[in-house]
Amino acid sequence: MKLADDLNRSIRRLPAWPVYAGSAAYAGWLFWRGATGGLGANPVEALEHAYGEAALYLLIAGLAVTPLRRIAGINLIRFRRALGLACFFFLTTHLLTWAVLDVQSWGRIWADIIKRPYVTVGMAGLVLLLPLALTSNDRSVRRLGSAWRRLHRLVYPAALLGGVHYLMLVKGWQMKPLVMLALISGLLALRLPVLRDMRWPVPRGAGVRAESPR
Amino acid sequence: MAHRWTNTLTERDVTPEAVFLNRRQLIGSAAFGLALSGLTGRARAEAAEAPEPTDWDDITGYNNYYEFGTGKGDPAKYAHRLTIAPWSVRIDGLVDRPGDYAFEDILKKMAIEERLYRLRCVEAWSMVVPWNGFELADLLALAGVQSAARYVAFETVLRPDEMPGVSRPVIEWPYVEGLRIDEAMHPLTIMATGIYGRDIPNQNGAPLRLVVPWKYGFKSIKSVVRITLTDTEPPTTWNKANPREYGFYSNVNPQVDHPRWSQATERVIGTGLFARRQPTLMFNGYGEEVAGLYAGMDLASSSDGGRAAGPVDLPDLRPCRVRDHADRRVPVLPRVRRLR
Repeated sequence: MKLADDLNRSIRRLPAWPVYAGSAAYAGWLFWRGATGGLGANPVEALEHAYGEAALYLLIAGLAVTPLRRIAGINLIRFRRALGLACFFFLTTHLLTWAVLDVQSWGRIWADIIKRPYVTVGMAGLVLLLPLALTSNDRSVRRLGSAWRRLHRLVYPAALLGGVHYLMLVKGWQMKPLVMLALISGLLALRLPVLRDMRWPVPRGAGVRAESPR
Repeated sequence: MAHRWTNTLTERDVTPEAVFLNRRQLIGSAAFGLALSGLTGRARAEAAEAPEPTDWDDITGYNNYYEFGTGKGDPAKYAHRLTIAPWSVRIDGLVDRPGDYAFEDILKKMAIEERLYRLRCVEAWSMVVPWNGFELADLLALAGVQSAARYVAFETVLRPDEMPGVSRPVIEWPYVEGLRIDEAMHPLTIMATGIYGRDIPNQNGAPLRLVVPWKYGFKSIKSVVRITLTDTEPPTTWNKANPREYGFYSNVNPQVDHPRWSQATERVIGTGLFARRQPTLMFNGYGEEVAGLYAGMDLASSSDGGRAAGPVDLPDLRPCRVRDHADRRVPVLPRVRRLR
Protein backbone atom coordinates (compact mmCIF):
# COMPACT_ATOMS: atom_id res chain seq x y z
CA MET A 1 0.00 0.00 0.00
CA LYS A 2 1.66 3.13 -1.29
CA LEU A 3 0.15 5.55 1.21
CA ALA A 4 1.05 3.46 4.24
CA ASP A 5 4.60 2.97 2.98
CA ASP A 6 5.09 6.69 2.42
CA LEU A 7 3.63 7.38 5.82
CA ASN A 8 5.88 4.81 7.46
CA ARG A 9 8.93 6.34 5.79
CA SER A 10 8.10 9.78 7.21
CA ILE A 11 7.27 8.31 10.60
CA ARG A 12 10.70 6.66 10.76
CA ARG A 13 12.33 10.06 10.57
CA LEU A 14 10.36 11.38 13.56
CA PRO A 15 11.99 11.22 16.97
CA ALA A 16 10.06 9.97 20.03
CA TRP A 17 11.31 12.60 22.48
CA PRO A 18 8.57 15.15 21.67
CA VAL A 19 6.09 12.74 23.32
CA TYR A 20 8.01 13.05 26.60
CA ALA A 21 8.61 16.76 26.29
CA GLY A 22 5.03 17.45 25.24
CA SER A 23 3.65 15.44 28.15
CA ALA A 24 5.81 17.19 30.71
CA ALA A 25 4.99 20.59 29.22
CA TYR A 26 1.24 19.86 29.18
CA ALA A 27 1.29 18.63 32.78
CA GLY A 28 3.24 21.69 33.90
CA TRP A 29 1.02 24.05 31.96
CA LEU A 30 -2.12 22.53 33.54
CA PHE A 31 -0.64 22.83 37.02
CA TRP A 32 0.36 26.44 36.44
CA ARG A 33 -3.13 27.26 35.19
CA GLY A 34 -4.65 25.54 38.21
CA ALA A 35 -2.45 27.46 40.60
CA THR A 36 -3.22 30.80 38.94
CA GLY A 37 -6.98 30.45 38.71
CA GLY A 38 -7.13 29.35 35.07
CA LEU A 39 -8.94 26.06 35.70
CA GLY A 40 -12.22 27.47 36.90
CA ALA A 41 -14.16 27.16 40.13
CA ASN A 42 -12.80 23.78 41.24
CA PRO A 43 -9.18 23.58 40.07
CA VAL A 44 -8.38 20.44 42.06
CA GLU A 45 -11.12 18.47 40.36
CA ALA A 46 -10.22 19.96 36.96
CA LEU A 47 -6.53 19.10 37.35
CA GLU A 48 -7.26 15.61 38.65
CA HIS A 49 -9.60 14.89 35.75
CA ALA A 50 -7.33 16.43 33.11
CA TYR A 51 -4.35 14.30 34.24
CA GLY A 52 -6.50 11.17 34.42
CA GLU A 53 -7.97 11.77 30.99
CA ALA A 54 -4.55 12.42 29.45
CA ALA A 55 -3.42 9.05 30.84
CA LEU A 56 -6.44 7.30 29.32
CA TYR A 57 -5.91 8.95 25.92
CA LEU A 58 -2.27 7.86 25.91
CA LEU A 59 -3.27 4.35 27.00
CA ILE A 60 -5.74 4.16 24.12
CA ALA A 61 -3.11 5.48 21.71
CA GLY A 62 -0.65 2.85 22.91
CA LEU A 63 -3.20 0.07 22.51
CA ALA A 64 -3.98 1.28 18.99
CA VAL A 65 -0.42 0.86 17.73
CA THR A 66 -0.52 -2.86 17.00
CA PRO A 67 -4.02 -3.02 15.43
CA LEU A 68 -3.18 0.03 13.31
CA ARG A 69 -0.16 -1.75 11.90
CA ARG A 70 -1.99 -4.96 11.32
CA ILE A 71 -5.09 -3.43 9.78
CA ALA A 72 -3.91 -0.26 8.06
CA GLY A 73 -0.23 -1.06 7.71
CA ILE A 74 0.81 2.09 9.55
CA ASN A 75 3.69 1.48 11.86
CA LEU A 76 3.90 3.66 14.96
CA ILE A 77 5.71 1.13 17.07
CA ARG A 78 8.71 3.38 17.65
CA PHE A 79 6.45 5.67 19.70
CA ARG A 80 4.82 2.99 21.81
CA ARG A 81 7.31 3.07 24.67
CA ALA A 82 7.04 6.83 24.89
CA LEU A 83 3.24 6.64 24.84
CA GLY A 84 3.28 4.07 27.64
CA LEU A 85 5.72 5.97 29.81
CA ALA A 86 3.90 9.26 29.26
CA CYS A 87 0.68 7.48 30.25
CA PHE A 88 2.32 6.31 33.47
CA PHE A 89 3.65 9.81 34.10
CA PHE A 90 0.12 11.24 33.90
CA LEU A 91 -1.19 8.45 36.13
CA THR A 92 1.40 9.46 38.72
CA THR A 93 0.42 13.14 38.54
CA HIS A 94 -3.25 12.08 38.68
CA LEU A 95 -2.59 10.01 41.80
CA LEU A 96 -0.56 12.77 43.45
CA THR A 97 -3.19 15.41 42.72
CA TRP A 98 -5.85 13.13 44.20
CA ALA A 99 -3.84 12.21 47.29
CA VAL A 100 -2.11 15.49 48.12
CA LEU A 101 -4.44 18.21 46.85
CA ASP A 102 -7.81 16.44 47.01
CA VAL A 103 -8.00 13.88 49.82
CA GLN A 104 -5.30 15.50 51.97
CA SER A 105 -5.01 12.82 54.63
CA TRP A 106 -3.04 9.56 54.73
CA GLY A 107 -5.75 7.82 56.70
CA ARG A 108 -8.39 8.72 54.18
CA ILE A 109 -6.21 7.90 51.19
CA TRP A 110 -5.81 4.39 52.53
CA ALA A 111 -9.48 4.15 53.54
CA ASP A 112 -10.57 5.27 50.07
CA ILE A 113 -8.32 2.74 48.34
CA ILE A 114 -9.86 -0.06 50.39
CA LYS A 115 -13.43 1.15 50.73
CA ARG A 116 -14.28 2.97 47.51
CA PRO A 117 -14.60 0.54 44.62
CA TYR A 118 -13.76 3.12 41.95
CA VAL A 119 -10.57 4.06 43.78
CA THR A 120 -9.73 0.39 44.34
CA VAL A 121 -10.20 -0.31 40.65
CA GLY A 122 -8.13 2.68 39.53
CA MET A 123 -5.39 1.91 42.01
CA ALA A 124 -5.28 -1.74 40.87
CA GLY A 125 -4.81 -0.58 37.29
CA LEU A 126 -1.99 1.72 38.31
CA VAL A 127 -0.25 -1.01 40.33
CA LEU A 128 -0.44 -3.36 37.33
CA LEU A 129 1.26 -0.73 35.19
CA LEU A 130 4.11 -0.11 37.62
CA PRO A 131 6.26 -3.12 36.57
CA LEU A 132 5.58 -2.18 32.93
CA ALA A 133 6.89 1.33 33.45
CA LEU A 134 9.94 -0.02 35.29
CA THR A 135 10.77 -2.41 32.44
CA SER A 136 10.19 0.04 29.60
CA ASN A 137 13.89 0.28 28.74
CA ASP A 138 16.22 -1.52 26.34
CA ARG A 139 18.08 -3.35 29.08
CA SER A 140 14.91 -4.89 30.53
CA VAL A 141 13.75 -5.92 27.06
CA ARG A 142 17.05 -7.73 26.48
CA ARG A 143 17.24 -9.27 29.95
CA LEU A 144 13.65 -10.51 30.09
CA GLY A 145 13.48 -11.85 26.54
CA SER A 146 10.15 -13.47 25.81
CA ALA A 147 9.03 -12.93 29.42
CA TRP A 148 8.97 -9.20 28.60
CA ARG A 149 6.14 -9.67 26.12
CA ARG A 150 4.16 -11.77 28.56
CA LEU A 151 4.72 -9.24 31.34
CA HIS A 152 3.56 -6.35 29.17
CA ARG A 153 0.26 -8.06 28.45
CA LEU A 154 -0.64 -6.70 31.90
CA VAL A 155 -1.56 -3.53 30.03
CA TYR A 156 -4.76 -5.26 28.86
CA PRO A 157 -6.36 -5.75 32.29
CA ALA A 158 -4.92 -2.41 33.41
CA ALA A 159 -6.60 -0.60 30.50
CA LEU A 160 -9.94 -2.20 31.30
CA LEU A 161 -9.58 -1.23 34.95
CA GLY A 162 -8.78 2.35 33.92
CA GLY A 163 -11.85 2.59 31.69
CA VAL A 164 -14.10 1.07 34.35
CA HIS A 165 -12.61 3.40 36.98
CA TYR A 166 -13.68 6.42 34.92
CA LEU A 167 -17.17 5.07 34.29
CA MET A 168 -17.64 4.26 37.98
CA LEU A 169 -16.81 7.71 39.27
CA VAL A 170 -19.28 9.73 37.21
CA LYS A 171 -22.94 10.19 38.11
CA GLY A 172 -25.45 8.69 35.69
CA TRP A 173 -24.60 7.28 32.25
CA GLN A 174 -22.25 9.86 30.78
CA MET A 175 -20.95 9.81 27.23
CA LYS A 176 -17.20 10.33 27.55
CA PRO A 177 -16.38 7.45 29.92
CA LEU A 178 -18.65 5.16 27.90
CA VAL A 179 -16.85 6.06 24.67
CA MET A 180 -13.45 5.58 26.29
CA LEU A 181 -14.39 2.19 27.70
CA ALA A 182 -15.82 1.18 24.32
CA LEU A 183 -12.57 2.21 22.59
CA ILE A 184 -10.48 0.26 25.09
CA SER A 185 -12.73 -2.80 24.81
CA GLY A 186 -12.67 -2.59 21.02
CA LEU A 187 -8.88 -2.35 20.88
CA LEU A 188 -8.58 -5.30 23.23
CA ALA A 189 -11.13 -7.29 21.24
CA LEU A 190 -8.95 -6.87 18.12
CA ARG A 191 -6.37 -8.96 19.98
CA LEU A 192 -8.70 -11.92 20.42
CA PRO A 193 -7.38 -14.79 18.30
CA VAL A 194 -10.45 -14.84 16.06
CA LEU A 195 -10.02 -11.15 15.11
CA ARG A 196 -6.25 -11.12 15.29
CA ASP A 197 -5.91 -13.83 12.67
CA MET A 198 -8.44 -12.27 10.36
CA ARG A 199 -7.13 -11.17 6.98
CA TRP A 200 -7.73 -7.46 6.73
CA PRO A 201 -8.11 -6.08 3.19
CA VAL A 202 -4.65 -4.55 3.24
CA PRO A 203 -1.58 -5.96 1.52
CA ARG A 204 0.50 -7.63 4.14
CA GLY A 205 4.10 -6.78 4.55
CA ALA A 206 3.58 -3.10 5.12
CA GLY A 207 5.72 -2.14 8.04
CA VAL A 208 6.23 -5.71 9.18
CA ARG A 209 9.99 -5.37 8.92
CA ALA A 210 10.06 -2.80 11.69
CA GLU A 211 8.46 -5.19 14.13
CA SER A 212 10.29 -5.48 17.37
CA PRO A 213 9.49 -6.98 20.73
CA ARG A 214 8.58 -3.55 21.87
CA MET B 1 -46.45 36.76 54.91
CA ALA B 2 -42.78 36.71 54.25
CA HIS B 3 -39.98 37.40 56.70
CA ARG B 4 -41.62 34.78 58.82
CA TRP B 5 -38.39 33.08 59.71
CA THR B 6 -36.04 34.82 62.03
CA ASN B 7 -33.61 33.74 64.61
CA THR B 8 -35.02 33.62 68.12
CA LEU B 9 -32.15 35.63 69.56
CA THR B 10 -32.01 39.39 69.47
CA GLU B 11 -29.21 41.91 69.34
CA ARG B 12 -29.01 41.93 73.11
CA ASP B 13 -27.87 38.31 73.08
CA VAL B 14 -24.77 39.26 71.21
CA THR B 15 -21.72 39.67 73.34
CA PRO B 16 -18.37 41.06 72.31
CA GLU B 17 -16.99 37.54 72.55
CA ALA B 18 -18.48 36.98 69.16
CA VAL B 19 -15.53 38.77 67.74
CA PHE B 20 -13.15 36.25 69.21
CA LEU B 21 -14.97 33.21 67.98
CA ASN B 22 -13.48 31.55 65.03
CA ARG B 23 -15.11 31.59 61.66
CA ARG B 24 -16.34 28.03 61.67
CA GLN B 25 -18.22 28.33 64.95
CA LEU B 26 -19.60 31.56 63.70
CA ILE B 27 -21.04 30.02 60.58
CA GLY B 28 -22.43 27.14 62.56
CA SER B 29 -24.24 29.10 65.17
CA ALA B 30 -27.64 30.66 64.83
CA ALA B 31 -26.86 33.27 67.43
CA PHE B 32 -24.05 34.81 65.51
CA GLY B 33 -25.93 34.50 62.31
CA LEU B 34 -28.21 37.07 63.81
CA ALA B 35 -25.26 39.06 65.01
CA LEU B 36 -24.17 39.44 61.44
CA SER B 37 -27.54 40.17 59.98
CA GLY B 38 -28.90 42.35 62.72
CA LEU B 39 -26.02 44.52 63.76
CA THR B 40 -25.49 46.99 61.05
CA GLY B 41 -23.43 49.37 63.15
CA ARG B 42 -21.27 46.92 64.99
CA ALA B 43 -21.17 44.47 62.18
CA ARG B 44 -17.82 45.37 60.76
CA ALA B 45 -15.71 43.34 63.16
CA GLU B 46 -17.92 40.30 62.79
CA ALA B 47 -18.32 40.77 59.08
CA ALA B 48 -14.69 39.87 58.65
CA GLU B 49 -15.61 36.49 60.15
CA ALA B 50 -18.64 35.92 57.95
CA PRO B 51 -18.59 33.17 55.38
CA GLU B 52 -17.55 34.72 52.14
CA PRO B 53 -20.27 34.39 49.56
CA THR B 54 -18.85 32.51 46.60
CA ASP B 55 -17.93 34.69 43.62
CA TRP B 56 -20.66 35.36 41.08
CA ASP B 57 -18.49 33.83 38.36
CA ASP B 58 -18.10 30.58 40.28
CA ILE B 59 -21.77 30.36 41.29
CA THR B 60 -22.83 30.91 37.68
CA GLY B 61 -20.02 29.03 35.95
CA TYR B 62 -19.82 25.77 37.91
CA ASN B 63 -23.18 24.03 37.77
CA ASN B 64 -24.88 20.69 37.62
CA TYR B 65 -27.83 21.02 35.26
CA TYR B 66 -27.65 17.84 33.20
CA GLU B 67 -30.34 19.02 30.77
CA PHE B 68 -27.57 21.21 29.32
CA GLY B 69 -24.78 18.64 29.57
CA THR B 70 -22.90 16.78 32.26
CA GLY B 71 -19.83 19.05 32.31
CA LYS B 72 -19.73 21.65 35.07
CA GLY B 73 -19.27 24.36 32.43
CA ASP B 74 -21.98 23.07 30.07
CA PRO B 75 -24.92 24.83 31.75
CA ALA B 76 -23.16 28.22 31.54
CA LYS B 77 -22.39 27.49 27.89
CA TYR B 78 -25.80 26.30 26.71
CA ALA B 79 -28.47 27.47 29.17
CA HIS B 80 -28.91 30.79 27.34
CA ARG B 81 -30.96 28.80 24.82
CA LEU B 82 -33.71 28.29 27.39
CA THR B 83 -36.70 30.59 26.93
CA ILE B 84 -37.79 31.75 30.35
CA ALA B 85 -40.49 34.24 29.38
CA PRO B 86 -43.37 33.62 29.36
CA TRP B 87 -43.21 31.21 32.26
CA SER B 88 -45.87 29.68 34.39
CA VAL B 89 -45.97 27.13 37.15
CA ARG B 90 -48.76 24.58 37.25
CA ILE B 91 -49.79 23.96 40.82
CA ASP B 92 -52.11 21.01 41.13
CA GLY B 93 -53.01 17.94 43.15
CA LEU B 94 -54.37 18.41 46.64
CA VAL B 95 -54.84 22.17 46.46
CA ASP B 96 -57.95 24.37 46.62
CA ARG B 97 -57.03 26.52 43.63
CA PRO B 98 -55.21 24.37 41.06
CA GLY B 99 -54.06 26.04 37.88
CA ASP B 100 -51.27 27.65 35.90
CA TYR B 101 -49.74 30.50 37.82
CA ALA B 102 -47.92 33.04 35.67
CA PHE B 103 -44.45 33.87 36.96
CA GLU B 104 -45.11 37.64 36.96
CA ASP B 105 -48.31 37.14 38.94
CA ILE B 106 -46.47 35.03 41.48
CA LEU B 107 -43.76 37.66 41.82
CA LYS B 108 -46.32 40.39 42.45
CA LYS B 109 -47.66 38.56 45.45
CA MET B 110 -44.35 37.49 46.98
CA ALA B 111 -41.96 39.43 49.16
CA ILE B 112 -38.42 38.85 47.94
CA GLU B 113 -35.83 38.39 50.65
CA GLU B 114 -32.11 37.77 50.57
CA ARG B 115 -30.97 34.49 52.09
CA LEU B 116 -27.28 33.74 52.41
CA TYR B 117 -27.21 29.93 52.40
CA ARG B 118 -24.56 27.27 52.26
CA LEU B 119 -25.01 24.93 49.30
CA ARG B 120 -23.57 21.44 49.74
CA CYS B 121 -23.44 19.26 46.63
CA VAL B 122 -23.63 15.48 47.03
CA GLU B 123 -20.33 15.46 45.09
CA ALA B 124 -18.61 16.87 48.20
CA TRP B 125 -18.11 20.46 47.13
CA SER B 126 -19.83 23.52 48.55
CA MET B 127 -20.59 27.16 47.92
CA VAL B 128 -22.13 30.04 49.85
CA VAL B 129 -24.88 31.63 47.77
CA PRO B 130 -26.72 34.91 48.41
CA TRP B 131 -30.09 33.89 47.03
CA ASN B 132 -33.04 36.19 46.49
CA GLY B 133 -36.41 34.56 46.71
CA PHE B 134 -39.53 33.84 48.69
CA GLU B 135 -40.62 31.07 50.98
CA LEU B 136 -42.15 28.08 49.26
CA ALA B 137 -44.86 28.08 51.94
CA ASP B 138 -46.08 31.44 50.59
CA LEU B 139 -46.35 30.09 47.05
CA LEU B 140 -48.20 27.00 48.26
CA ALA B 141 -50.56 29.22 50.26
CA LEU B 142 -51.52 30.93 46.97
CA ALA B 143 -52.94 27.64 45.78
CA GLY B 144 -54.32 26.61 49.15
CA VAL B 145 -52.89 23.34 50.41
CA GLN B 146 -55.50 20.76 51.42
CA SER B 147 -55.13 18.92 54.68
CA ALA B 148 -54.71 15.56 52.98
CA ALA B 149 -51.48 16.70 51.30
CA ARG B 150 -48.44 14.91 52.72
CA TYR B 151 -45.82 15.48 50.02
CA VAL B 152 -44.91 18.03 47.36
CA ALA B 153 -43.67 16.91 43.95
CA PHE B 154 -41.68 19.23 41.67
CA GLU B 155 -40.86 19.05 37.99
CA THR B 156 -38.22 20.83 35.88
CA VAL B 157 -39.05 22.16 32.43
CA LEU B 158 -38.25 19.76 29.59
CA ARG B 159 -37.56 21.34 26.20
CA PRO B 160 -35.46 19.08 23.98
CA ASP B 161 -35.10 21.90 21.42
CA GLU B 162 -33.50 24.18 23.97
CA MET B 163 -31.71 21.61 26.11
CA PRO B 164 -28.87 19.80 24.30
CA GLY B 165 -28.27 17.43 27.21
CA VAL B 166 -31.64 15.68 27.16
CA SER B 167 -30.93 13.91 23.86
CA ARG B 168 -28.90 11.46 25.94
CA PRO B 169 -30.45 9.24 28.59
CA VAL B 170 -27.99 10.21 31.33
CA ILE B 171 -30.91 10.28 33.75
CA GLU B 172 -34.65 10.13 33.18
CA TRP B 173 -36.24 13.36 31.94
CA PRO B 174 -37.98 15.46 33.07
CA TYR B 175 -36.07 15.98 36.30
CA VAL B 176 -38.39 15.49 39.25
CA GLU B 177 -37.94 16.05 42.96
CA GLY B 178 -40.01 15.93 46.10
CA LEU B 179 -40.28 17.04 49.70
CA ARG B 180 -42.36 16.00 52.64
CA ILE B 181 -44.99 18.66 53.33
CA ASP B 182 -43.36 19.80 56.57
CA GLU B 183 -40.02 20.17 54.77
CA ALA B 184 -41.73 22.16 52.04
CA MET B 185 -43.45 24.43 54.57
CA HIS B 186 -40.28 25.02 56.55
CA PRO B 187 -39.28 28.69 56.59
CA LEU B 188 -35.77 27.84 55.39
CA THR B 189 -37.20 26.34 52.19
CA ILE B 190 -37.36 28.98 49.49
CA MET B 191 -38.01 29.44 45.81
CA ALA B 192 -35.08 31.47 44.50
CA THR B 193 -35.51 34.00 41.72
CA GLY B 194 -32.21 35.83 42.05
CA ILE B 195 -28.58 35.70 43.13
CA TYR B 196 -26.62 38.71 44.40
CA GLY B 197 -29.72 40.82 43.79
CA ARG B 198 -29.70 40.02 40.07
CA ASP B 199 -32.13 37.83 38.16
CA ILE B 200 -31.15 34.21 38.57
CA PRO B 201 -29.17 33.10 35.48
CA ASN B 202 -30.59 30.26 33.39
CA GLN B 203 -27.80 27.89 34.39
CA ASN B 204 -28.78 28.31 38.03
CA GLY B 205 -32.41 27.44 37.39
CA ALA B 206 -34.18 30.51 36.00
CA PRO B 207 -36.74 31.81 36.43
CA LEU B 208 -37.45 30.09 39.73
CA ARG B 209 -35.92 27.13 41.52
CA LEU B 210 -36.22 25.41 44.84
CA VAL B 211 -33.55 25.89 47.53
CA VAL B 212 -33.49 23.50 50.50
CA PRO B 213 -30.23 24.38 52.23
CA TRP B 214 -30.00 21.40 54.61
CA LYS B 215 -30.23 18.83 51.81
CA TYR B 216 -27.75 17.87 49.11
CA GLY B 217 -27.95 20.22 46.16
CA PHE B 218 -29.72 17.88 43.77
CA LYS B 219 -32.87 18.17 45.91
CA SER B 220 -33.02 21.88 45.04
CA ILE B 221 -34.71 21.39 41.67
CA LYS B 222 -34.22 24.05 38.98
CA SER B 223 -36.53 25.84 36.53
CA VAL B 224 -39.71 24.55 38.11
CA VAL B 225 -42.81 24.24 35.90
CA ARG B 226 -45.00 22.06 38.05
CA ILE B 227 -45.70 21.62 41.73
CA THR B 228 -48.07 18.83 42.76
CA LEU B 229 -49.38 18.25 46.26
CA THR B 230 -49.89 14.55 46.93
CA ASP B 231 -50.56 12.09 49.71
CA THR B 232 -47.87 9.64 48.59
CA GLU B 233 -44.10 9.99 48.40
CA PRO B 234 -43.32 11.21 44.89
CA PRO B 235 -40.56 9.66 42.77
CA THR B 236 -37.31 11.63 42.62
CA THR B 237 -34.88 11.55 39.69
CA TRP B 238 -31.63 10.50 41.36
CA ASN B 239 -33.39 8.01 43.58
CA LYS B 240 -34.87 6.39 40.49
CA ALA B 241 -31.48 6.43 38.75
CA ASN B 242 -29.63 4.86 41.67
CA PRO B 243 -31.67 4.08 44.79
CA ARG B 244 -28.64 2.68 46.59
CA GLU B 245 -26.83 6.02 46.36
CA TYR B 246 -29.54 8.68 46.50
CA GLY B 247 -32.43 8.60 48.94
CA PHE B 248 -35.65 10.56 49.03
CA TYR B 249 -34.52 12.58 52.04
CA SER B 250 -30.85 13.16 51.17
CA ASN B 251 -30.18 15.38 54.15
CA VAL B 252 -26.58 16.52 54.40
CA ASN B 253 -24.95 14.13 56.84
CA PRO B 254 -21.18 13.92 57.30
CA GLN B 255 -21.54 10.60 59.13
CA VAL B 256 -23.14 8.75 56.24
CA ASP B 257 -20.82 8.34 53.27
CA HIS B 258 -21.96 8.16 49.72
CA PRO B 259 -21.25 4.57 48.66
CA ARG B 260 -18.49 5.86 46.41
CA TRP B 261 -16.99 8.71 48.41
CA SER B 262 -16.77 10.22 51.87
CA GLN B 263 -19.21 12.96 52.88
CA ALA B 264 -17.20 13.92 55.98
CA THR B 265 -15.52 16.90 54.34
CA GLU B 266 -16.13 19.23 51.44
CA ARG B 267 -14.14 21.31 49.01
CA VAL B 268 -15.15 24.94 49.12
CA ILE B 269 -15.50 26.32 45.62
CA GLY B 270 -13.36 29.33 44.87
CA THR B 271 -10.65 28.63 47.43
CA GLY B 272 -8.03 27.56 44.92
CA LEU B 273 -5.74 24.64 44.20
CA PHE B 274 -4.07 24.40 47.59
CA ALA B 275 -6.98 24.99 49.97
CA ARG B 276 -7.79 22.61 52.81
CA ARG B 277 -11.04 20.68 52.74
CA GLN B 278 -13.60 21.81 55.26
CA PRO B 279 -15.57 19.53 57.61
CA THR B 280 -19.16 19.04 56.49
CA LEU B 281 -21.78 19.97 59.06
CA MET B 282 -24.80 17.87 60.03
CA PHE B 283 -27.83 19.16 58.09
CA ASN B 284 -25.30 21.45 56.40
CA GLY B 285 -25.23 23.53 59.59
CA TYR B 286 -29.02 24.00 59.82
CA GLY B 287 -29.59 21.31 62.43
CA GLU B 288 -30.97 23.71 64.99
CA GLU B 289 -33.76 24.64 62.64
CA VAL B 290 -34.54 21.33 60.96
CA ALA B 291 -33.37 18.42 63.12
CA GLY B 292 -36.84 18.37 64.73
CA LEU B 293 -38.38 17.42 61.39
CA TYR B 294 -36.65 14.06 61.64
CA ALA B 295 -37.19 13.28 65.32
CA GLY B 296 -37.56 9.54 65.76
CA MET B 297 -36.22 8.86 62.29
CA ASP B 298 -33.05 6.98 61.58
CA LEU B 299 -30.80 9.82 60.45
CA ALA B 300 -28.67 7.48 58.39
CA SER B 301 -31.74 6.69 56.38
CA SER B 302 -32.85 10.30 56.16
CA SER B 303 -29.64 11.08 54.36
CA ASP B 304 -29.51 7.88 52.40
CA GLY B 305 -32.01 5.27 51.29
CA GLY B 306 -34.79 6.81 53.32
CA ARG B 307 -36.96 3.76 53.42
CA ALA B 308 -35.31 1.80 56.19
CA ALA B 309 -37.05 3.92 58.78
CA GLY B 310 -40.46 2.72 57.70
CA PRO B 311 -43.53 4.88 57.43
CA VAL B 312 -43.16 8.20 59.14
CA ASP B 313 -45.93 9.47 61.36
CA LEU B 314 -46.42 13.02 60.35
CA PRO B 315 -47.71 15.55 62.78
CA ASP B 316 -51.03 17.00 61.77
CA LEU B 317 -49.87 19.55 59.26
CA ARG B 318 -52.67 21.73 58.18
CA PRO B 319 -51.85 24.55 55.83
CA CYS B 320 -53.02 27.04 58.42
CA ARG B 321 -49.76 26.28 60.17
CA VAL B 322 -48.28 28.71 57.72
CA ARG B 323 -50.48 31.49 58.98
CA ASP B 324 -49.68 30.79 62.60
CA HIS B 325 -46.39 32.47 61.98
CA ALA B 326 -47.67 35.34 59.94
CA ASP B 327 -48.04 37.75 62.82
CA ARG B 328 -44.53 37.09 64.04
CA ARG B 329 -43.21 39.65 61.63
CA VAL B 330 -40.01 41.47 62.32
CA PRO B 331 -39.01 44.91 61.15
CA VAL B 332 -37.17 44.66 57.89
CA LEU B 333 -33.65 45.90 58.14
CA PRO B 334 -32.17 47.59 55.11
CA ARG B 335 -30.30 45.02 53.01
CA VAL B 336 -30.52 42.37 55.64
CA ARG B 337 -28.21 39.58 54.87
CA ARG B 338 -29.60 36.52 56.56
CA LEU B 339 -26.62 34.49 57.47
CA ARG B 340 -27.80 30.87 57.50
